[in-house]
Amino acid sequence: MNNTIRLFLIALLTVGFLTSDAHAQDVLVRNATVLTVTNGTLQNTDILIRDGIIAQIGSGLRAPRGAEDVDATGKFVMPGIIDAHAHIALSSVNEGTSPVTAEVSMEDVTNPYSLGIYRASAGGVTVSHIMHGSANVIGGQNETIKHRWGATDPDDIRFDGAPRTIKFALGENPTRVHGRRASGGSGAIVPATRMGVEQVLRSAFENGKRYMEAWDAYNAEASTNPRAVPPVWNERLEVMADILRGEILIHCHSYRADEIVMLTRVLGDYGVDRITFQHANEAFKVAPELAEFGAHASVFSDWWSYKFEVYYSTSYNAAILMRNGVVTSINSDSAELNRHLYHEAAKSQRYGGLTDDEALSMITINPAIQLGIQDRVGSIEIGKDGDIAIFEGHPLSIYTIPVLTYVDGVKVFDRENDADDMRVDVDPSAEVGQYEGQVTGRDHMHSHEEVADLMSFFQSVADVDLPHAHTLND
Amino acid sequence: MNLFMTLVLALTTFLPQQAQQQDDKARQGTYAITNARIETVANGTIENGTVVIEGDRIIAVGENVAIPESARVIDGSGLHIYPGMIDSGTSLGLTEVGSVAETNDTREIGDINPHMDALTAVNPNAIAIPVTRVSGVTTVIAEPSGGLLPGTAAMINLFGYTAEQMTAGAKSVIVQFPAEPSGDRPWWAQEGPDRRQERYRNNMAKLNEVFDRAVLYNQIVSAYEADPTGKERPVYAPEMDALRPVLSGEVSLMVKVNAADDIVKAIAWVQEREFPNVVFSGVNEGWRVADRLAEAGIPVLVGPILATPTRSSDRYDRAYANAGLLSEAGVSVALRSGESENVRQLPFNAGFAATYGMGKEAALRAVTLGPAEIFGIDADYGSIEVGKKANLFVSDGDPFETSTNILALFIDGFNVPIDSRHLDLYQEFLNRDEGRLQPVEILPADN
Repeated sequence: MNNTIRLFLIALLTVGFLTSDAHAQDVLVRNATVLTVTNGTLQNTDILIRDGIIAQIGSGLRAPRGAEDVDATGKFVMPGIIDAHAHIALSSVNEGTSPVTAEVSMEDVTNPYSLGIYRASAGGVTVSHIMHGSANVIGGQNETIKHRWGATDPDDIRFDGAPRTIKFALGENPTRVHGRRASGGSGAIVPATRMGVEQVLRSAFENGKRYMEAWDAYNAEASTNPRAVPPVWNERLEVMADILRGEILIHCHSYRADEIVMLTRVLGDYGVDRITFQHANEAFKVAPELAEFGAHASVFSDWWSYKFEVYYSTSYNAAILMRNGVVTSINSDSAELNRHLYHEAAKSQRYGGLTDDEALSMITINPAIQLGIQDRVGSIEIGKDGDIAIFEGHPLSIYTIPVLTYVDGVKVFDRENDADDMRVDVDPSAEVGQYEGQVTGRDHMHSHEEVADLMSFFQSVADVDLPHAHTLND
Repeated sequence: MNLFMTLVLALTTFLPQQAQQQDDKARQGTYAITNARIETVANGTIENGTVVIEGDRIIAVGENVAIPESARVIDGSGLHIYPGMIDSGTSLGLTEVGSVAETNDTREIGDINPHMDALTAVNPNAIAIPVTRVSGVTTVIAEPSGGLLPGTAAMINLFGYTAEQMTAGAKSVIVQFPAEPSGDRPWWAQEGPDRRQERYRNNMAKLNEVFDRAVLYNQIVSAYEADPTGKERPVYAPEMDALRPVLSGEVSLMVKVNAADDIVKAIAWVQEREFPNVVFSGVNEGWRVADRLAEAGIPVLVGPILATPTRSSDRYDRAYANAGLLSEAGVSVALRSGESENVRQLPFNAGFAATYGMGKEAALRAVTLGPAEIFGIDADYGSIEVGKKANLFVSDGDPFETSTNILALFIDGFNVPIDSRHLDLYQEFLNRDEGRLQPVEILPADN
């Protein structure tokens, strides 16, 4: 096909898609089985979303003029799924140049064109926490996004009002990137061990605390002394100070039980109490300590053994944590797994016998709590955002099919009516429909590296030789 | 049902009625599982029947079956019996910890390694083996990887202490079919299109040369074997020797190929070379050329099913639907997880395939009798029939469903305990401190 015609058609499709529902945020979903998560299961129930907010839940609700009418008889409605650990919609992931890079932010590299947003929506996911990588002990700040597919301005997919969060990382990844660089030779710096990781953390917190105190002292002095000299501005320490002030939630890549407890000790010493341990394959070993500290955990359903620090794992991790009172979520960390988080959560029924509500809470209200957005999303309640996912069959059954997804009352996925090709940006010089190879959850756990090395991974798809690398993106 | 209830049930239900064993050792013997719903796969479903196992074999199946006096009876009321599931593509047993090179025995030096035998390197005590079998997967293909001919894959049962005890009788020589690069330089490519094309042509030429030589080698050696008189004994070439049974069809050739264009080329290649026994593996884009595969009569080992589409322009659920579309076109399909430590996801891969078009029955077949037939081991494996190996499991429901528990497991007639490190850790840590009288407080680090 001629490029001009193709571009025109694509533009036409895009415009058609963007204008179809973009401003109609009124939806009446009728006669569904509603899995509210926080308030049990409601049979034959209607949900009215007005101006993007859940306005009414009940029976015999009437649609306002112009509202979209969805007959959900025989279908299940659940809150839009929340992925507490994703790397979709990012044009870069890892600032792997220093053990502390608190100053960088995913805000600057958010990419609304990423097809991963649509594909996740097709699995009922409406919110993703898109994170910095795990190369550094204190990595960059993360971003919480809504899956407003079709938006082209990065600002249009941000979750307004979501608290700031930051990525930390313990264990093999930061020690490999920094301390074992060139096999511990030229350029290697602390940390090379879990001892070093603790000291990197303590130095960063202590410097942040002193910086904060210096500014507090200056601000106090400046009110009376116009000649007061301010401390030197330091963006990295500004962020550390904001963590100490409780304005930034920590999400820490971690695996081993000992390093998890180590970080709670460091945080305790600095009066920081809002922490979610990400991955945390060995969190089950210190579940009572996590519950006591009030720390949260965001874990995989069953991924293990892709590296040594996850060898002594169990797929019963989530169940043990839940039963010990730790707020626990199941995340994807992968552009494949995030398309079926409902299935990832369902595995907790085989691995630990969690109830339906417990399993569903791990992909809805619990990740919402971990991201500080539980007043807005994570359950079907009046006043919350109109983020819902509609399924054919119970979402925890292997035979379920997500069929419709709404974000703020706007339809972002429609199994019956969506085109096969849902891209909103197409490189006009690219061959249409080029073979790229499929990606699995396993690929992410085993084969990805940080962005520079991601290249060699994709290279491998086309070639015979497979590199044996493993993930820093997680 | 939570795990404790399951365990209690398992203990009360499966304690043998006579000669109670105090240990948890896997044992062969005579067993009768009664009053269960039996999914035979070969001959439909028996709603309320009995399976009798003696030694390594199933000796009776049906509604009215005489139970031998010596049999330990397992009451299967309300429970289901399925044939053990078969995963047609894994690296289970060849790898222990992904990132630790010393624990990976998947890739040998060089490109042409058909003589590298996976069965040799499978670690019978790999921690992932019990973790896998408690999901009802009893048998897997373990594959070497890397290079043009990575090695010989082996079908193994997931119980045993030596290769001899584990082998399920089938082997397959793998060919990694070269993938032709597309004309454009993709954004991730570090090399230009010319270099990529050149590498592709070299790989194809090398592959053809290997098999030209194998044919010649086979002729020379066969002639010598038929009558050595007056002939010089041919030089031993192990990689050529390993290809002889492929040429005769005694061992299958497993061609790994994924993109639609490459599948078409691979069909032409195997037809031109007249390999008598060929299967394709991976086949991510099989649905695009399903009719061609059906026409060629080549069976396919499809998966992983839980994967993204192969092209950005493709519908989001193509990978889920691939197996069903192939099956619908009349291709003989078996499923593979492509996993090592997480082969236990095979039933979930099958569940997704079933949901997105394949249907439950075909999906179950694709992880039982289907692969057994493809690999020529259906006299022993793949269904619940008299005379077959006792590879089966007892569950409280559909094994593809995540809420289902596997309650009993037989491999080669061994009643294998439902135990794994994942379960052990669960039992140790669920109520970690219940044996401790005084709690220990967390101290500040500067104590």
